[in-house]
Amino acid sequence: MSVPLIYTAAGIFLFLLGTYGLVAYAHLLRKILAANIMGSGVFMAFIAVAGRTPGAPDPVPHAMVLTGIVVTVAFTSVALALAVRIARTSSRVHLSGRDEEQ
Amino acid sequence: MDAVLLTHPWSVWTIIVPLAAAVLAFLVPRRAPLAGIITALSVALFVAATAYRIFLAGPHTQMLGGWQAPLGITLRADGPALIMLLTSGLVGLTVSLYATGYFTAADRQQRYFWPLWLLLWAACNALFLSGDLFNLYVTLELVTLSSIALAALNGSPAALDGAMRYLLAGLLGSLSYLLGVALIYGAYGTVDLTLLGQTVRADGLSRAALALMTAGLLLKTALFPLHFWLPPAHASAPPPVSALLSGLVVKAPLLILFRLWFEVFPDTATAGMAHLLGILGCGAIIWGSLMALRQQRLKLLVAYSTVAQIGYFFLLFPLARGEAAATAWVGVFLLVLAHGCSKASMFLVCGTITRLAGHDRLAGLAGAGGTLGARLLVFALAAVTLVGMPPSSGFIAKWLLINAAIVAGQWWYLATIALGTLLASGYVLRVLSLAFTESQSPPLPVAPRILRWPPLALSVVAVLLGLAAFHPAVLTLAGAPVSGIILLEMVP
Repeated sequence: MSVPLIYTAAGIFLFLLGTYGLVAYAHLLRKILAANIMGSGVFMAFIAVAGRTPGAPDPVPHAMVLTGIVVTVAFTSVALALAVRIARTSSRVHLSGRDEEQ
Repeated sequence: MDAVLLTHPWSVWTIIVPLAAAVLAFLVPRRAPLAGIITALSVALFVAATAYRIFLAGPHTQMLGGWQAPLGITLRADGPALIMLLTSGLVGLTVSLYATGYFTAADRQQRYFWPLWLLLWAACNALFLSGDLFNLYVTLELVTLSSIALAALNGSPAALDGAMRYLLAGLLGSLSYLLGVALIYGAYGTVDLTLLGQTVRADGLSRAALALMTAGLLLKTALFPLHFWLPPAHASAPPPVSALLSGLVVKAPLLILFRLWFEVFPDTATAGMAHLLGILGCGAIIWGSLMALRQQRLKLLVAYSTVAQIGYFFLLFPLARGEAAATAWVGVFLLVLAHGCSKASMFLVCGTITRLAGHDRLAGLAGAGGTLGARLLVFALAAVTLVGMPPSSGFIAKWLLINAAIVAGQWWYLATIALGTLLASGYVLRVLSLAFTESQSPPLPVAPRILRWPPLALSVVAVLLGLAAFHPAVLTLAGAPVSGIILLEMVP
């Protein structure tokens, strides 16, 4: 098993772990953290892709990961701001249940 | 004169102008509505110029800053992109006009509405013109981020909740899409749509990447059964925002799906996968319409109608295989245009009604003749396109889809389209019947002109587009991945 393959597999594992966390946990902070773990998994897969050819690593996936990190940071900050606002206005740290919506 | 019209990259300006205006609107909030209106008018002009150029000189690409791919960004103006730009131009212009009257200067929401909306507009136009998988990802994220902020604009607990749901669903969807992009880059070393279309092999890895990207985008398009986040987010946002989310934003991931399935992976996708999307589309049409029928609030009814209409777009995947491909392709793109105009108009009318009556509970609007009656008439006019009555653009679109289903011999899609139309007339008539019930409600004030005319104009345009559908239909096929004749007569 080659090194890039191990990293890709680990990246996919992190992605799945994060997906589970995002779906399974109710606490908003846990959901946001889980989404960040998913993101790290995807970035790891990209970095593994950069090293798939012998010699110098491919710079394009690195540029993509940098852009991806910027996007994830923006998303995380908006999510945190929303979570804080939800906690302040309705003193909840989770989304409202189906029955509460009606 | 013609030389400039036919060689200048007009489409690029549809990104630059809203982006610059967004910054201006943020820095000088007092002048934001003016900046918004000027942007809206100029974007409409640039879209018209792009249409003229594509009509006479064909689709074209533009390297930003002269940088070649993979480092540079390639923008492609082709037929499908143009139909999306037309939708964005029409919906954007109308909503901008309406918003100048809806948000007042004293309103805190106005301060944030204009920068966010102009940023959303720039991101949407950039997405429609993007020519590579990664740029599509970045622009899709910009679209989602500004949409989330807009959905949370009024700060009510319901809106915050809806925005949070939207954000989490959006994150899950985009990361799944991005993992697919990583797999594709690892296998083929490029993310350019055209290059990938020539090199992609129909193997297991391509199929896995396609499945990942499709799943992510389905979540973002809110296809049944992944639609759970859409009704709360769309119904609790301010009306101009709902109009943008339903009329424009759901079409962004949809265009990426079309590009993936028909340009990048035409041979990788199996008939079974296409039919799965078609069946989910049918599920969306029926489930969304049934849910719309039993809503007690006007805005939720319109939001569930969006869930249903999204289903029609997914009929393209099974129908665009074989000889009916061009017919289904044109039908679905006309439906995108028709739905964008009619749905935006409906949400704007909802906004005016809510502003006048102080609520949008259907039971409380009974006996809404008089002042509200005229609003309901505009709603009815928009519904003509939504339901698909002749001569509206919705009628032409559904006619083409039905034709494609008959030519392809896939009768069950025909039955679903018919059933969906029947259910749609059901929930629309539920709203219209309000005008004919008698009650002793006190007369309501008349809405200001700016809250009355833009939705009316948009629904009239949506109806008239049906009479002038020839040019958009031909333009849709410019540079499209499918070709053939548009079948107008039913020949099984």
